[in-house]
Amino acid sequence: MCNSIIQVEVIIPTQTKYLDLIGSIGEHIAKELDDFSGDREALAYHLNLVLTEATVNAIKHANHRDPKDTVKITIHIQENELNIKVYDHGQGFDLESVPLPDFEHPKEGGMGIFFIRTLMDSVTYTRQGDCNVLEIIKYLS
Amino acid sequence: MNLKQEKINGCTVLFIKEERIDAHNSGELKEAILHLIEQGEANIIVQLEQVRFIDSSGLGALLSGYKNAAAKSGKLAIANMQQQVLSMFELTRLNRVFEIYADLNEAFDNET
Repeated sequence: MCNSIIQVEVIIPTQTKYLDLIGSIGEHIAKELDDFSGDREALAYHLNLVLTEATVNAIKHANHRDPKDTVKITIHIQENELNIKVYDHGQGFDLESVPLPDFEHPKEGGMGIFFIRTLMDSVTYTRQGDCNVLEIIKYLS
Repeated sequence: MNLKQEKINGCTVLFIKEERIDAHNSGELKEAILHLIEQGEANIIVQLEQVRFIDSSGLGALLSGYKNAAAKSGKLAIANMQQQVLSMFELTRLNRVFEIYADLNEAFDNET
């Protein structure tokens, strides 16, 4: 048995109406962390945003041929590490090939992954069995 | 999406009556702004007082409005942003693109 203080697992249909729910969970978790000494309001916004962007990304990359497809989101906090995993069942994409936004000539898309990379400490996207997993880590020291 | 529009001092003010702009409702916002511009309302101020959260798609919808207004020799400015929302504009440098005002009075002083 691990000694996580918080473990959350949510499974949602691939619909954007659930983004508020997922983002809100992150926001509430940030406000409940006992030992976090940083800017709690900023962390709450950042977790809301990162969970929202990661879930949108999973919905976008979901298996659109399956109307019953789902996205699974897990949030684990163990000691000072906050770990988010978002699972999709689509074809996947190459995270490393996602470019930085062009700040001089801003475009409508492409800012989601930038937010996740900028606000969190580690981001990977890997194939695990029949799923792709976007794993995001934030150190809460 | 709950929006209210009002013509004030020659500007079209679009009040966003939502706490959250994300990929679920940003398409509607984009369409609403585009519709205004197509109707000839190319001098727009988006009032974000109630908005406490915006994601990348929300920023994208506003950027789309900005570009469409500019293409018609108009403007899209933003007023009454909450600090956390403003910080997203700063992170993406979009604060250099938009004219951002503390409130509507400041916007009217500069836009008219």
